[in-house]
Amino acid sequence: MPLDKPYLDIPGTTIFDADQSRKGYWLNQFCMSLMKAENRARFKADERAYLDEWPMSEEQKQAVLDRDLNRCIALGGNIYFLAKIGATDGKSFQQMAGSMTGMTEEEYRDMMIKGGRSPEGNRYLGEDGDAQPHRQPQGAAGGEVR
Amino acid sequence: MARITASVYTSHVPAIGAALDLGKSGEDYWKPVFAGYDFSRQWLQENRPDVVFLVYNDHATAFSLDLIPTFAIGTGAQYAPADEGWGPRPVPVVEGHPELASHIAQSVIQDDFDLTIVNRLDVDHGLTVPLSLMCGQPEQWPFKVIPFAVNVVQYPVPSGRRCFALGQSIRRAVESFDQDLNVQVWGTGGMSHQLQGPRAGLINREWDNAWLDRLIDDPAAAAQIPHIEYVREAGSEGIELVMWLIARGAMADVAGGPKPRVAHRFYHVPASNTAVGHLILENER
Repeated sequence: MPLDKPYLDIPGTTIFDADQSRKGYWLNQFCMSLMKAENRARFKADERAYLDEWPMSEEQKQAVLDRDLNRCIALGGNIYFLAKIGATDGKSFQQMAGSMTGMTEEEYRDMMIKGGRSPEGNRYLGEDGDAQPHRQPQGAAGGEVR
Repeated sequence: MARITASVYTSHVPAIGAALDLGKSGEDYWKPVFAGYDFSRQWLQENRPDVVFLVYNDHATAFSLDLIPTFAIGTGAQYAPADEGWGPRPVPVVEGHPELASHIAQSVIQDDFDLTIVNRLDVDHGLTVPLSLMCGQPEQWPFKVIPFAVNVVQYPVPSGRRCFALGQSIRRAVESFDQDLNVQVWGTGGMSHQLQGPRAGLINREWDNAWLDRLIDDPAAAAQIPHIEYVREAGSEGIELVMWLIARGAMADVAGGPKPRVAHRFYHVPASNTAVGHLILENER
């Protein structure tokens, strides 16, 4: 019997469940390795060579090289694991989270200071909130005038 | 006998730890966050526990995908602050209370909650940020800590109902320990936040505050809220709030005693990506 997944109708959101975890096992374990300073140094010295030591898919490796966190998550990554890449790059959680919205760092920071993203229109796929697929990317990149 | 005197609830945003460690707590952005804890630091000095049973979640730090315990209790003597990728936080080593922890493990497991017992555990921001918020920057933490890690990272995660029942079992365990100890139970994480995908940055002030009201006044009802409501209303990482129900379940009123006193309540948006919520509930002396 397949897993019950009542969360698939939430826009812009990937729940890290057993299927995602299985898909992303090596991607996430690679991320864990970056908790050691010597591994961070080796990764920074030659990212491609370091990634090639892991049995990750080519797509996963490319998503890491591109720092495309949305793609990493689609390929089974989890944000708390991926955060180790961000930490290695000197990025904060806010910079990482913001990068997944298409907004600039300033745009995202301003949104948070103004109280964050509203849940209105963002609870179910098919509504018209700013996290819906048809409204990506967000911010100036999506043509929004401020 | 040991007794639970109070419960403390707080978000555990990593950027709060970084702000403190880097000396930024006086900046305009952070001032209101730390101001919300001024009362709490004073309160803690006047109500210093011997032991804090600290419910938190590990963020892919001590537990990778190799091992994912739903509930893990630390029975070790010491826990080092973890290197989460930017070096360990410059905070004191956390001293455990192996005797009480082992007693709780035995009591709770025999009460049918299948805990994982952990002796070696590096503790991440989930545990150290609440300590910093409540204690400031001391040379050593002013009490012993029993870390209690809950899996809220990989689904399936435990239900609010299960967490609330576990809190009640922890209360019975603490009260059957034969040393005279003042114990507080802290529940951490939340409130609304989402750290991933195009919906990152979601905050739901109205839902958070209604949830706080319910946690205080009708925790059994709060415990019935299903996961999907947390995710839809409070963001994918808002699910951390189930951990607050463990602390709330450990309060006296749930076992038929008097209602707790709300000593402090605070709510602020934002700290980085997150809505900060904070409560202190006291049992009647």
